[in-house]
Amino acid sequence: MSLSRRDFLKYAGSTGAGVAVGAGAVDLRPVAAAATTLKIKEAKVHPSVCPYCAVGCIQLVYSKGDTIIDIEGHPDTPHTLGRLCPKGAATIQLSNNPLRPTKALYRAPGSDTWEEKPLDWMYEQITKRYYDTREKYFIEKEKDKDGKEVTVNRLEAIASLGSACIDNEECYLLSKLNRTLGIVYHEHQARV
Amino acid sequence: MTTNLIDIQNSDVIMCTNNMAENHPVGFQWVMKAKERGAKVIHVDPRFTRTSAVADIHVPLRSGTNIAFFGGLMSYAIQNNLYFKDYVVHYTNASFLIDPGFKTATDGGGLFTGLEQTGKGGADPHIAQTYNKSSWKYQVDGDGNPKRDNTLRDPSCVFQLLKRHYSRYTPEMVERVCGIPKAKFVEVAKLYCGNSGPDKTGTITYALNLTQHTNGVQNIRALCMLQILLGNIGRPGGGVTALRGHANVQGATDLELLYHELPGYMAMPLRDVHPDLKTYLEKETPKGGFWVNKPKFFVSLLKAFYGDKATKDNEFGYQWLPKRASADAYSHQHMFVDMYKGRIKGFLADGQNPAVGGPNAKLARAAMQRLDWMVVKDIFITETADVWKTPGTDPKDVKTEVFFLPAAPAAEKDGSLTNTMRLIQWHEKAVNPPGDVTSDAEFFVSLAKRLQKLYAGSKKERDKGFLATSWTYGDNPKEPSMELVLKEVNGFATEEIKDKDGKVVYKKDQALNTFVHMTDDGKTAGGCWIYTGVIVEGPDGKLINKANSRKPADDKDYLGHGWGFSWPANRRIIYNRASADLAGKPWSEKKKLIWWDPAADGATPDKKGKWVGLDVPDFNAFLAPDAKNGDKPFIMRADLVGAFFGPLNDGPFPEHYEPMESPTRNLLSKQQNNPVVKVWQVPDKKNELAPLGSKDYPYVITTYRLTEHHLSGVMSRYLPMLAELHYSHFAEISHELAKEIGLDNGDRITVMTPRGKIHTKAMVTHRLKPFKIDGKTVHQIGVPWHWGWKGVDALPGSKGDITNDLSATVADPTVYIQETKAFMCNVKKGEV
Repeated sequence: MSLSRRDFLKYAGSTGAGVAVGAGAVDLRPVAAAATTLKIKEAKVHPSVCPYCAVGCIQLVYSKGDTIIDIEGHPDTPHTLGRLCPKGAATIQLSNNPLRPTKALYRAPGSDTWEEKPLDWMYEQITKRYYDTREKYFIEKEKDKDGKEVTVNRLEAIASLGSACIDNEECYLLSKLNRTLGIVYHEHQARV
Repeated sequence: MTTNLIDIQNSDVIMCTNNMAENHPVGFQWVMKAKERGAKVIHVDPRFTRTSAVADIHVPLRSGTNIAFFGGLMSYAIQNNLYFKDYVVHYTNASFLIDPGFKTATDGGGLFTGLEQTGKGGADPHIAQTYNKSSWKYQVDGDGNPKRDNTLRDPSCVFQLLKRHYSRYTPEMVERVCGIPKAKFVEVAKLYCGNSGPDKTGTITYALNLTQHTNGVQNIRALCMLQILLGNIGRPGGGVTALRGHANVQGATDLELLYHELPGYMAMPLRDVHPDLKTYLEKETPKGGFWVNKPKFFVSLLKAFYGDKATKDNEFGYQWLPKRASADAYSHQHMFVDMYKGRIKGFLADGQNPAVGGPNAKLARAAMQRLDWMVVKDIFITETADVWKTPGTDPKDVKTEVFFLPAAPAAEKDGSLTNTMRLIQWHEKAVNPPGDVTSDAEFFVSLAKRLQKLYAGSKKERDKGFLATSWTYGDNPKEPSMELVLKEVNGFATEEIKDKDGKVVYKKDQALNTFVHMTDDGKTAGGCWIYTGVIVEGPDGKLINKANSRKPADDKDYLGHGWGFSWPANRRIIYNRASADLAGKPWSEKKKLIWWDPAADGATPDKKGKWVGLDVPDFNAFLAPDAKNGDKPFIMRADLVGAFFGPLNDGPFPEHYEPMESPTRNLLSKQQNNPVVKVWQVPDKKNELAPLGSKDYPYVITTYRLTEHHLSGVMSRYLPMLAELHYSHFAEISHELAKEIGLDNGDRITVMTPRGKIHTKAMVTHRLKPFKIDGKTVHQIGVPWHWGWKGVDALPGSKGDITNDLSATVADPTVYIQETKAFMCNVKKGEV
C-alpha cells in the first residue's frame, strides 16, 4: 500500500499509529494509540490559521472547555500538506502562557507602575480621549494650492498603527473607524 | 504574489533573492519539490543560509545592489537573445514608442529626463528635487492609441530604450558593483535566462530583502521586468513570488491600513486633486483596463461605510472622507517624525511594536514619550506599551498616559486571514479568551459605538459621516459576528435588484456573488471589491463562507480551488491569459494553464467559445483571442500590457543608485544616491547619516530575521518554546573582518551607527565573506532584529538590544519604505 503524506497524517491522526512506522522490533502502536487517544479524547477540534508568517498554514486546535490542549498542522491543506515550522508548532504558547496579561492595564502620566482597571472604565476613558482630541484638533476646511477652500474633514492629532496581525474583518473595521473619524496617519507593518 | 506556492513545483529554475528556507519554511517545500523534479535553485544573498545550503548556486551580492544585478540579467538576456520574443512583442509595452524628448539614464549621467529643483520653502524641505514626467509618455496616433513597432527596432521603442538603458550593466560592471565574480554572474545569467520560452519558466522569490531600500519599489520593478522579458508572468512555474512576513500583511494591505489608499487599492483623496466625487472618479479612473469599473467599486465602498445616509445627492458621503493635505505625508516614518515634533497627541498601537520593529527605533520611542495618550492592544506587554520604562528613561519624565488592552490570538476568535498568495482562510474560535482579553473587533466596535453616543445629537457637518456609520453586526453586542463583517466587505445589494426582464437578481441585503455586479448608483455596497465572492448566500438564504471551505487539492485540481478563496474571484495565478499564445493555445503542453476552447458553450446560448483549463481565467471568460483586446492579458493595466516602461517617482526604468549610506561611489554613474530620495531633517540630531567614505562607519550592515523568532519578537520572545532556541542576540561577522578587528567568536561587541549603538555578541562565521568592490575589500555584517529589553526572565538570551536603533529615517520616494537592508556601521570589541 502506498501512502501519500496526507493519507499518512490522516491515518496517524485517526489511529495514533504514526510512530509505529519503522519502529522495528518493538511494537509501539498500543502505547502511541493510548497516548494520542488520551490527549485529545473528547477534545473539540477547530480549524485555525497559523498567526506567524504569511504562508498561512492551517492548524487544528484541540480544546477542552476553554483550554487549548494541542495545536497541529491540518494535513489536508493543499499548500502546506499539514506541516508547521518551529514557530507554528509553538502557537499554543500564545494562549497558554503565564506571561500573558489578562487584565486591562493603565499607566497614569509620570507614574512608574501599571494599575489594573475594569475594561469598562478603560473603554470610557479611551473614548473620551478620542472624542476630546478630535474635538480640539479636527480640521474641517482648508485652502487648496490655489487658495480655494475645500472640505477636508481631517484629524491629524490621532495616529493609528497596525496591524498585519489582526483579521481581515478587524482590519476593515479599523479602516472604517479611522477613515470615518477623519484619521489620516493610518498605517501598518506593510510600510516597514 | 501573482502566483501560488503550490505552483512553484512547476518551475524549471527558481531564484530566491530572500532566505526562504528560514523565513517561510513550510512554503519552501515547493522549491524542494521542484528541485526533486529537476529544477535548479539559485540563491542570491550576501549571507550563506539554509536556503544557500540546498541551492545549486549561491550568489553573494553586496546589500543594496539588486538593481545592478537584475539590470545585468536583463542586459544579458537581451544581448544573448534569451528573452521570450513573442511574449515580449505582444504582451508587453516593449514595442511602444516613447516621446522623443525622453532620454535614459545612460544618456543622462544616471538621471532621466526631467529632474527639477523643487525649491526650498516649507517646514520640511526634505525632497529637494523631483521629476517632471512630461516626456515619460507614449507617442500616440490620431486616435490616441500608442504607436508601436513590432519589429522592436525603432530607436524610440521601449525595447531599444531598455536595451540602451541597461547597456552599462555588463557582467564586468556587475562584478565591480555587486561583488559577484564575473564567471559566477555569467553562470547564473545563463541558467536563469536560459530557462525561458514556450516550455520553460522560472520564478523569483523576494521579501523585505528587496523592499527595504531607498529604491525599494524599483527593485521590485526590476524583478518584474526580468520576468516579463523572459515570459514568466501568468504561466505555470512562473510569477513573482512575493513572500510576506506577517500572517495578514496581505489582508491588512487589501483592507488598506495604509495612509495612501482606501480598501481595494483606491487612492485616498487628496485635497488639491480630488475636491469632489466627480473629479475623484474622473482623475482616478483610467480609460482602459478593468479599472474602468472603479466608480462602481468606489461608490460601493462609500455605501459600505456610510449606509443609507450615502446618497446620490450628497456624493454618497464623499465629502465626509478625510482628504490628505499632500501625497508626501502620513506614512510610518512621517508619523514618528511628526510625533516627535509634537503634532500628534493620541496614538493607537494595535498589534504593532514600533519601539522595536520600525526604522530608527530610538526616534520612535522618543516620539511616543511625547504623546498625550496612547492605547496599546497586544497579546503581550510590548516595549511600545512599556515605552515609559525604556532603559535609561525616568518614568517620571514621561507624561504619556498609556492604556493597555490585552488581545486575543487567532485561536480565540473567528475571522479570516489572507496569506501571501492572496488566499483568504477562515479560523474558528476554539476557546473563549481569558479574563478581560477581547478580540480587536470587539474593541473597535465598542469604541465606535461609545463614540457615537458622545456625538449623538451633534448637528455639525463634520460629525455626520461618522454618525452615519453602522456598527451592528448580529445580535450579540459583546461579540460582533465576523461573518457579517465579511459580508459587508464582500458586498451586498442595498435594495432589490432586477435584471432587464424584471427578474429579481438580488434580494435586498443579499450578498453579491461577484464584483461584476457592483454598481455606481448606490444599489450595491461593498467594503473591498476584490474580496467579492468570498461569502455568498445559498438557496436557503444562509451564508456560505468560502474562506472556510476545505476541499483538498487533487490530481484534477492541483491548485486547490476548493480550499479557501483566493482573490480576485478565486483565481490562483493572475494574468493567466498569458499562459496561452495569441491564438489562445497553451505556449506548450508542458506549460498549459488556461486556453480558449472554441467548442465550449459561450456567454449566451447562441454563442460558442470560452476560456477553460486548470485555473479560473483572470480574464473575460468569453472574450475570444481574436476579438478586440482578446490577446491582451494584463487586464489591470490601462494599456493591457506588461510594463517595461513604467513611470514611478524615481524613473520609468530602475537605475542603480547607492544606498544613502554606502562604502563606495556609484560606479554606474556620477549620481550617487536616488536623486529624489526622501530624507527627513529631524531635530536634536536624531537622524544623522554617515557620509561616503566615513572612516568612523566603514562596514556595510544588513538586518534580517531568524526561523525561531518573529519580527519584533512580541510573538516569540515571551514563548519559552521559542525564546530558548537562541541564547543571545548576535551579529554575524566574517572571519576576515573578525581578524581585522581582533575578535573571537562569542566576544561582546558594540555595533554603532550615527543614530545609535547596540551591545551584542560576535558570531564569527564563514557564512559571510568580504566583497571585492571595484578592486577594494568591503566588509559586511548581518544583524537580526527580533530583540528588545523584554522577554522571559528565566531565559536572559530572550532579551537584547534593539537592532533598529541603528537604522535611519530615510525612504523610497514612491512608497516611503525605509532602508534597513543596507547602511553603514562600525564594530568595536567590548561594550563601549
